[in-house]
Amino acid sequence: MADTVIDVHHHGAAGHDDHHHDQHWIVKYLWSTDHKIIAMQYMFTGMAMGVIGGFMAYVFRMQLAFPGISVPGFGQVSPGEYNALITNHGSIMIFWLAMPVLIAAFGNYLIPLMIGADDMVFPRINRLSFQIFFISVVVLLASLFVEGGGFGGAWTSYPPLSAESTYNLTTLGSTLWLTAVALEFVAFLLGGINFITTLMNSRAPGMRAYDIPMVCWMIVIASILFMLSVGPLIAGAVMLLFDQVLNTGFYDPARGGDPILWQHLFWFFGHPEVYVVLLPAIGITVDVIATFARKKLFGYKMVLYTAVATGVLSFFVWAHHQFIAGIDPRMANVFTVTTLLISVPIAEMCFVIIATLYGGSITLTTPMLWALAFMAEFLIGGVTGIFLGASGADIYFHDTYFVLAHFHYTFFPIAIIGTFCGFTYWFPKMFGRMMNETLGKIHFWGTIIPFNFIFIPLFVLGMGGQHRRIYNFQHFPELATDQMYSLRQVATIALLVMIAFQAVFVFNVVYSWLKGPKAGKNPWKANTLEWTTESPPPHGNWPPAELPNVYRGPYEYGHPDREEDYWPQNEPA
Amino acid sequence: MSADSATYPIEQRPAPSRREPLVPNGVLGMLIFIFTEVMFFSGLISAHAIVKSQAAGQMWPPYGQPRLPVEQTALNSLALLVSGVVLVLTWFAFRRDREGARIPLLLSIVLGTVFVGFQGMEWVALLAEGLTMQSSTYGGFFYLIVGTHAVHAVCALVALYWAFHRLDRGTLTTNQLATVSAFWYFVVLIWPILYWTVYL
Repeated sequence: MADTVIDVHHHGAAGHDDHHHDQHWIVKYLWSTDHKIIAMQYMFTGMAMGVIGGFMAYVFRMQLAFPGISVPGFGQVSPGEYNALITNHGSIMIFWLAMPVLIAAFGNYLIPLMIGADDMVFPRINRLSFQIFFISVVVLLASLFVEGGGFGGAWTSYPPLSAESTYNLTTLGSTLWLTAVALEFVAFLLGGINFITTLMNSRAPGMRAYDIPMVCWMIVIASILFMLSVGPLIAGAVMLLFDQVLNTGFYDPARGGDPILWQHLFWFFGHPEVYVVLLPAIGITVDVIATFARKKLFGYKMVLYTAVATGVLSFFVWAHHQFIAGIDPRMANVFTVTTLLISVPIAEMCFVIIATLYGGSITLTTPMLWALAFMAEFLIGGVTGIFLGASGADIYFHDTYFVLAHFHYTFFPIAIIGTFCGFTYWFPKMFGRMMNETLGKIHFWGTIIPFNFIFIPLFVLGMGGQHRRIYNFQHFPELATDQMYSLRQVATIALLVMIAFQAVFVFNVVYSWLKGPKAGKNPWKANTLEWTTESPPPHGNWPPAELPNVYRGPYEYGHPDREEDYWPQNEPA
Repeated sequence: MSADSATYPIEQRPAPSRREPLVPNGVLGMLIFIFTEVMFFSGLISAHAIVKSQAAGQMWPPYGQPRLPVEQTALNSLALLVSGVVLVLTWFAFRRDREGARIPLLLSIVLGTVFVGFQGMEWVALLAEGLTMQSSTYGGFFYLIVGTHAVHAVCALVALYWAFHRLDRGTLTTNQLATVSAFWYFVVLIWPILYWTVYL
C-alpha cells in the first residue's frame, strides 16, 4: 500500500505525454489513467449493475404479487433463490450502483474538471481502484452461480445466519459475497484518498475553499465520511470471514461471541453510508438548480456547514437500526434524539434549495426536472423516517414494508434520480452532444409516476403489518387478503411500467450520442470551470498553457452589472 | 425585478497565483489512509472490549487457556519503539546529508524485523500450548489483533526496505521518505495501545 502511494506520486506527473493518443484502443480505454475514461468505466459498469439489480427486483416483485408463477425470463422462484435475489438486489443497488456512479464516476469526472486540474493527483491509484472494483463485480456475479446459490442473508448480513453455513446453506456464496464487498471497499478507499487529496492540493490558482462547486465539496465530504466509517465494518467483516472460513466464534454466543456486535459494527458504517451516497446527490441537485434557476445559490456556506453537520451527526445514529435487538431502552432514547436531530441539517438544505428557486428564472429542462423530483421524493423519504427514528413507533414498524418503502423513498431519489439528474446535466460535456429533451421528459415522467405507484402501496401494506422477509404471503392468512394482493399487484405492475420506460432512456442516450446536435463548450450557460473547455474535454482537460485561473465563486448568476446573466469563474472582472 | 449593486457586492481580489500545497500529495494521501486504519483498529479494539466484558464468569483468559507472555512481549515491544525512534533520527540525518541516513534506516528495518520475528516465535509457542483461533474468543482476538498488526508491520517494513533501496541508488525524495515513515510511525504508535488491550 505504502509502496504504491509513493510510486505513483513520484511518477504520476509524467502522465500526459503525447504518445497517449497513438495507443491501442485497449490501452486507451481499458488501461487508461485519464480520470474521464475511469469515470466512464465506473459509470457504465455501475449502470450495467443497476440493470442487473433492477432485473432482480422484477423477479421477486413478480413472485410477491403472483406467487408461484413462472416469472418470464427467470422461471419458478424457489425460497433460496428469493433470498439470494433480495440480498443481492440490495447489495448491488447500494455498493455497485449508488457508490460507483455517484461517488466514483461523478467524482472522477467532475472534481478535476471543476477545480481546473489536468487529472487526479494519483492517476495510477485511480486506475487500480477501478480494476479492483471490476474484480469485485466479477466475484459478486460469480457468487450467484456457485453451488448452493448466492448468499441470502440480506445485505446487512447478520450473524449467526451469515456466519454458519449450516444455517444459510450457501457455503461458497456467502464467502464470495463478503469477499466482493471487501474488494469494493478497497476500491473506494483508494478512490477516496484520491478525491480528498486532489481537492485539497490541485485546485486552480485563485480557487479558494468557498469557490469550490458544491458537488465537489459534497463528494469529498462523502469520501471523508466513508473513510472514517468503513474501518469498523472492515474489522467486523474480517471477523465474519474468519467465522465462515476458519470456524472461529466471534459472533457465536455458544462460544463466547456476540452476534449483536456485528450489528453495531455494520451500522456504524451502514448509517453514515446513507449520507455517503446522499451528499453527492444533493451536490448534483444544488448545482443543477442554481444553473436552471439562474440565481446565486442561497446560502453556500450554510449548505457546506450543514453537510459537515450531517456527517458528524451520522456517526451517532446507528443504533436506531437495533431498537428491537435488545438494546437498553435508555440507549434507544438517546439514539431517537440523535436520529430526529439529523433531519434538521437536511431540512436546512431543502430550505436553501427552495430559497434558491424563489424568484429565479426557472427553465424546466430534463436535468432540472430530475433535480426538483429529487427534492420532492426525498422529502417523503425523510418525513417517513421520523416515524422510524422514534423508538416507540419503530417497535411496530420494524422490519415491515413501511421501512422498505421509507428507504426506497430515500435511496431511489439518491441512486436513480440523482444519477439521471447528473447524467443528463453533464451529458453534453461528457459526449459533446445534446440529449433529446422530449425523450428526456417522457423518460422522466415514465419513471417518476410509476415510482410513486410502486412504493406508496408498500407504505400501506407495511402499516398493515406486512413483514419484509416473507417469500410467499399465501402462507400467512392475515397477509393474504384480496385487498393486500391487489396493492402488491399495483406495485409490481408499476415496476414493470417503470422498467419499460427505461428503454426510452437507453434509446435517447444512444441516439443523442450518435445524432444529437453539437453541444459546444457551454450549452447551459453555467459558471463552473468544466464548461470552459471543449466538449468532450481533451486528454489533460485544457491545453497546458490555458489551465484556468479562478476569480469568483461558482454561482454568480443574474448579476445586475453584467450583460450576460452568468459570470464564469475563470473570467477576470 | 431590479436588484441594485448593494445586494450583489463585487469582491475585490488579488490576482490568482499558484499555491504550494500545505501537505505534499503523497504524505496527505498516506495520512488519510492512516485515519482509516485508526478507525479499523478502533473497530477491532471495541469488538474485543465488548466480548471481553461479556466473558462467562468474567474469566479472561477463559478457563484452560494459557496466559500470554506479557514480559517477553514487553521487551520485544521495546525493539519496535526503538525502531520508531531510530527512524526519527533517520529523518533528521536525511535532511542533513543523505549518506548519513543509510545506517539509521537500516537499523530501523532490522529492529522492526526482530520485532516481527520474535512475535512469530511467540505464536509458535502459544499454538503449542493450545491457544488457537478456534479454542476461544480469547485466542481468536489475540491472533486477529496481533496478526493484523503483524501484517501491517510487514507491509511497512517492505516499504521501508523500498525506501532504503532508493536511498542506495540516490533516488529517494524527501516526500517519499516522509510518506513511508508516516506509515511506520503509525505501526509503532498503535502497538502500545494494542499491547495494552490484548496482553494486559
